[in-house]
Amino acid sequence: MSEQTGSEDTVIRVRGLNKRFKDHVVHEGLDLDVRRGEIIGIVGGSGTGKSVLLQQIVGLLKPDAGQIEVLGQSVRDTSDAEYRALRRRWGVMFQDGALFSSLTVRQNVEAPMREQLEISDALRETMAGIKVRMVGLPENAHGKYPSELSGGMRKRAGFARSIALDPEIVFLDEPTAGLDPIGAAAFDTLIRQLQTALGLTVFLVTHDLDSLHAICDRVAVLAEKKVLAVGTMEEMLEIDHPWVKEYFQGPRARAAVGAAASGLA
Amino acid sequence: MQAGQDKGRTAPQASLRSQDQVIILSGDLVIETIETLDGEFGDATGIDISDVAHLDTAGAWYLLQLRQQVSDTSHEIAIRGASAPQRQLLETVRQNMPPEEALDERPVTLFDRLEEIGRTVVGGLHIAIEMIGFLGQVIATIASLVFHPRRLRMTSLVHHMQEVGLKAVPIVALMAFLIGIVLAFQGSAQLRQFGAEVFVVDLIAISILRELGILLTAIIVAGRSGSAFTAAIGSMKMREEVDAMRTLGLDPIEILVVPRVLALVLILPVLGFIADLTGLIGGALMSWIELGVSPAVFQSRLVANTDVWHFAVGMIKAPFFALIIGIIGCYEGLKVGGDAESLGRLTSTSVVLAIFMVIVVDAVFSVFFALVGV
Repeated sequence: MSEQTGSEDTVIRVRGLNKRFKDHVVHEGLDLDVRRGEIIGIVGGSGTGKSVLLQQIVGLLKPDAGQIEVLGQSVRDTSDAEYRALRRRWGVMFQDGALFSSLTVRQNVEAPMREQLEISDALRETMAGIKVRMVGLPENAHGKYPSELSGGMRKRAGFARSIALDPEIVFLDEPTAGLDPIGAAAFDTLIRQLQTALGLTVFLVTHDLDSLHAICDRVAVLAEKKVLAVGTMEEMLEIDHPWVKEYFQGPRARAAVGAAASGLA
Repeated sequence: MQAGQDKGRTAPQASLRSQDQVIILSGDLVIETIETLDGEFGDATGIDISDVAHLDTAGAWYLLQLRQQVSDTSHEIAIRGASAPQRQLLETVRQNMPPEEALDERPVTLFDRLEEIGRTVVGGLHIAIEMIGFLGQVIATIASLVFHPRRLRMTSLVHHMQEVGLKAVPIVALMAFLIGIVLAFQGSAQLRQFGAEVFVVDLIAISILRELGILLTAIIVAGRSGSAFTAAIGSMKMREEVDAMRTLGLDPIEILVVPRVLALVLILPVLGFIADLTGLIGGALMSWIELGVSPAVFQSRLVANTDVWHFAVGMIKAPFFALIIGIIGCYEGLKVGGDAESLGRLTSTSVVLAIFMVIVVDAVFSVFFALVGV
C-alpha cells in the first residue's frame, strides 16, 4: 500500500473498448490509462457512458470488445478465484452510497471484511470503527441505519465501506452530486486526505467542476464515444473542441477557476 | 488463521533488541497477519519499522496499540523508520483511534422487560387508534364524494375492481371448489357411520355459505390485494409521490385509498358469491361420486333444508372484511418510510394483520348472529 514502485506505472489500462446497448453505441475504440497514486476525474455530458465505463472496469458490465486490465490483470478473462482476489484490491462507492439498508453503518463497513478476511470479531469491529471515523462520521452515526442518515452522511458511509479492505484503487461515482457546496468541498478534502494517507488511486466520475479543480491530478473527457482528451486542468483549457471548450470555459467553469485561484491565494 | 496463508504475504516478526530495548518489526503488517503476532513486551525505548514491507490501516492501528502498551505513562516512545506515506497513515489512524473505553452495556433487568411489554402494548393501542382515525377519514372522504360524485375517480375504481376482482376469480373459484370436495369427502366418511349420508348436503351448504366461502375468499384477497395495496402505495410514498400529490392540492386518500377500498367493498361480495357457488358445485360433485347423491336430490335438499339466512350471513360479512383488508393495506402503505426495508416489513405486516383481523371479526359476527338467532 505504502510503497510506490515508480509513480508512472499504470494501474488501469483500457484498450479498444466497444460497448453498445441495442442500437445505441456508447463506447467505440475507447482507450484510457490510469496511473498509480493519482486522482483522475472522468467527465462527460449526460449519456456519454461515464458510469457505464466504471461498471465495465469493475466487471459489472461485459464489454462487447476490447481489453480492460486492472493492476496488470485482465478483468474479463480470468478465473473466478483470480477475479475475487483482484476485486479485493479495489473498492467502489456508488452514487447514493448503496448501503445495505438492513445493516447499521458499522455493519456495512464490516460486511466486506466479514466476507473476505478471516479475522477475529474484535479486530473487525475495531477496524470498521476506525474506517467510519476516518470518513468523518460522528460517533453516534456508527449504530444508525442508512435510512436515518442524511444524503451526505450516506455518501461518507459508502466511502468508508469502499475503503474497508484498504484497497489500492477506489472508484467513486459522483461523490459530490446532491451535496451542498460546503459538504461537497468537505468531501473533496476527505478524498484528498485519504488518498494520500492510504496511497489510493482514485477513479472519480464527476460533474463537479469544483472537484476537478480542487483535487484531480488529471482529467479524462468522454465524448464522441471515446476518451477525447486526458490531461491536467490547464491542458484542458487548451483543447479546441466545442464541448470541451463549453465545459471548461463556460460561465460555471470560470466561477470554479476563480474559486480555486482565490483558494490558493 | 495461519501466517503466510495468503499468497504474497510474509508473516510479520517482532523481536526486542536487547542492547537498546527497541522493538524491531519486519514483514507485512496488514490486516490478515497482525493477529499472528503475539508479542508481550515490557518497557521499550522505541519501535523500529524500517524492515516492514507493507503497512495498512490495521497494521498502523497495531503499531499504535503496541506503542501504548509498551510506553510508560510519562512519555510516548517513538516509532522509527517509517517512510513518508507510512507516517501519514499512522497520523491519520492516530486521529481516528477508538475512544478509550467502550460503553459497557447495562444488563437487562426484569424492569426493562416489563417496560418493553408496556411500550409494546401502548404502541399497539396507538396504532389501533390511528387506524380507526384513518378509517374515519376514509369514510368521511367517501361521504363527501356522495355529494360531489364527479370527484370520484371512476377509471381508477374500475381498474382496481378488475385487479382485485376479475383477476382473482379463477383462484377463488378453484379454492372454493376444492373446499367443497374436501368437505363432501370428509363429511361423508363420518356421516356414513350413522347412516346419515344425506345430511352431507346440509353440512356442505351451511359451512360454505355461512363461513368458509367468504372467509377463505377474504383470506386469499388479503394475501393477493392487501399486499399489493401496501406495496404500491408504499413505493409511491418512498419516491415522494404522495408528498408531491399533497403539494399539488390533491388528497392522497381521495386518489389512492378511496378507489382501492371502494373497489374491494364492491367486489368482495361478488367474489364471495362465486366462491359459494363453486363450493356447492364441488360438494355436489363429490357427493354424487362418493355417496351417489344425485345433483337433483342435492338441489332439492339444499333448497328445502337450508335457510336463506345462511347465505345472507355470509354476504353481510363480505363488505366488512373488504373494509378491513382495504383499510389495513392502504394504512400500512402510507406508513412506509424512506427505506426499502420498511416497505417489505409493512407489506408482510399488512397481510398478517388483515388476515388476523378478518378472523377476529368473523368470530365476533358468529357470536352476534348466534345472539340474534339466525
